Amino acid sequence: MNEKELLEIENIELQLLIEAIYLKYGYDFKNYTKSHLKRRILRRVKLDNLKTITQLTEKMLYDREVLKQILLDLSINVTEMFRFPKFFKDLREDVIPLLKTYPSINIWHAGCSTGEEVISMAILLKEEGLLNRVNIYATDINKKVLDIAKEGIYSIEDVKKWTKNYQEAGGKKSFSDYYVAKYDHAIFDQDLLKNVTFLEHNLVIDKSFIDANLVICRNVLIYFNKELQNQVLELFEESLIPGGMIGIGSKENLKFTSVNEKFESITATTKIYKKKIGC
Amino acid sequence: MKYKAIVIGTSAGGVEALKIVLKDIEPTIELPIIIVIHIKERTDGFSKIYEGLNRLTIKEAEDKEDIKNGVIYFAPSNYHLSIEDDYTFSLSVEEKVNYSRPSIDILFESAAEVYTDNLLGIILTGANSDGALGLEKIKKLGGECIVQDPKEAYFDIMPRSALKYISTCKLMSLNSINRYIKKLGGNNCE
Repeated sequence: MNEKELLEIENIELQLLIEAIYLKYGYDFKNYTKSHLKRRILRRVKLDNLKTITQLTEKMLYDREVLKQILLDLSINVTEMFRFPKFFKDLREDVIPLLKTYPSINIWHAGCSTGEEVISMAILLKEEGLLNRVNIYATDINKKVLDIAKEGIYSIEDVKKWTKNYQEAGGKKSFSDYYVAKYDHAIFDQDLLKNVTFLEHNLVIDKSFIDANLVICRNVLIYFNKELQNQVLELFEESLIPGGMIGIGSKENLKFTSVNEKFESITATTKIYKKKIGC
Repeated sequence: MKYKAIVIGTSAGGVEALKIVLKDIEPTIELPIIIVIHIKERTDGFSKIYEGLNRLTIKEAEDKEDIKNGVIYFAPSNYHLSIEDDYTFSLSVEEKVNYSRPSIDILFESAAEVYTDNLLGIILTGANSDGALGLEKIKKLGGECIVQDPKEAYFDIMPRSALKYISTCKLMSLNSINRYIKKLGGNNCE
């Protein structure tokens, strides 16, 4: 069999796997970008010493633990605190003053992964005197990453790297004020998480559940095709109050999406938008 | 062979090497040139570095953007770049591959699947082995490969690694690669 035929078969196997996940467990990955799905699935096939995607499909159908592993593989959990510091600087300068005008504030971190951005946000809110007025809803498709997020414990090596981000993001104190170092871990102040609710939420099938003043969803949309990007952005748009804001990844864009007309950009270089009043 | 796209991967020494490879390419070239280069994030962007080098549009590839002929695309710093079946780009922030993000392998492998035997893959100077597996995949699916002559390369590790994986490919100097690409303009039948 030649390589092109093998490629064709591999693509059929991938489609069958995605369909099988949907039929058996209800998780819908049909509108994820194909290159992403394929790379992650082939990586799993290799790590588990399997020969084909079909073998993985079979294991997944009979064993829920295999599905859980696939869910982890498909959601990218590469994150850091104050990642892309300019974003947090802009939040501080352009978004916080607007949030301050509301008596109570709802923030939705969609696809919060292991919680690094949630803690970053909580630190920012604390420094701006807003933490007590805010409810943060941090959601992810994966229970496993949410469990890590709730703990607020990270490797000390990572935390050292994040200190620089914190400073570049305009941090007002010393980053070490927010955690206790123990052995090779940093345990973050649980007080930061007191108004945070962690929830399992699947952006593809679950509905809107709050009236949000701010939605943060960075580097999640890039794994979706255009159709699903639109669907998820419409969900965010529906969840935001008029004048509410959304922050997305630096290489993501509302331009060319179905919600473009409903938002205006409020920062020059980072992707933070405000829902127009009357929309 | 009629190419529908060129992909180029390079690392250390690549900024200067590309200045030779991309020089004076005409907009009549009826294909996109898609490049992964491992360099630190710069605020001035790729189009500034290569300004005036040729008359093609030079830009950073954007997520879900349609790939157009006559445009030179660079993978953005810190994102993997891949190509989808509908000739659009997608970005990813997943783990580094070969210690690199963007990774040449990720671009090359996804491009190989989409363009199969209409793809030209080029590996230039570099100090790691990223791109070798990607180039092998291009070759397997019927595409063509060029590797910069390691004797000439500023860093020969990347070209030599690529050569370990593929049995036949064109070994060329930067100037010959440049001439080869320019000849593709207009009537790109080799």
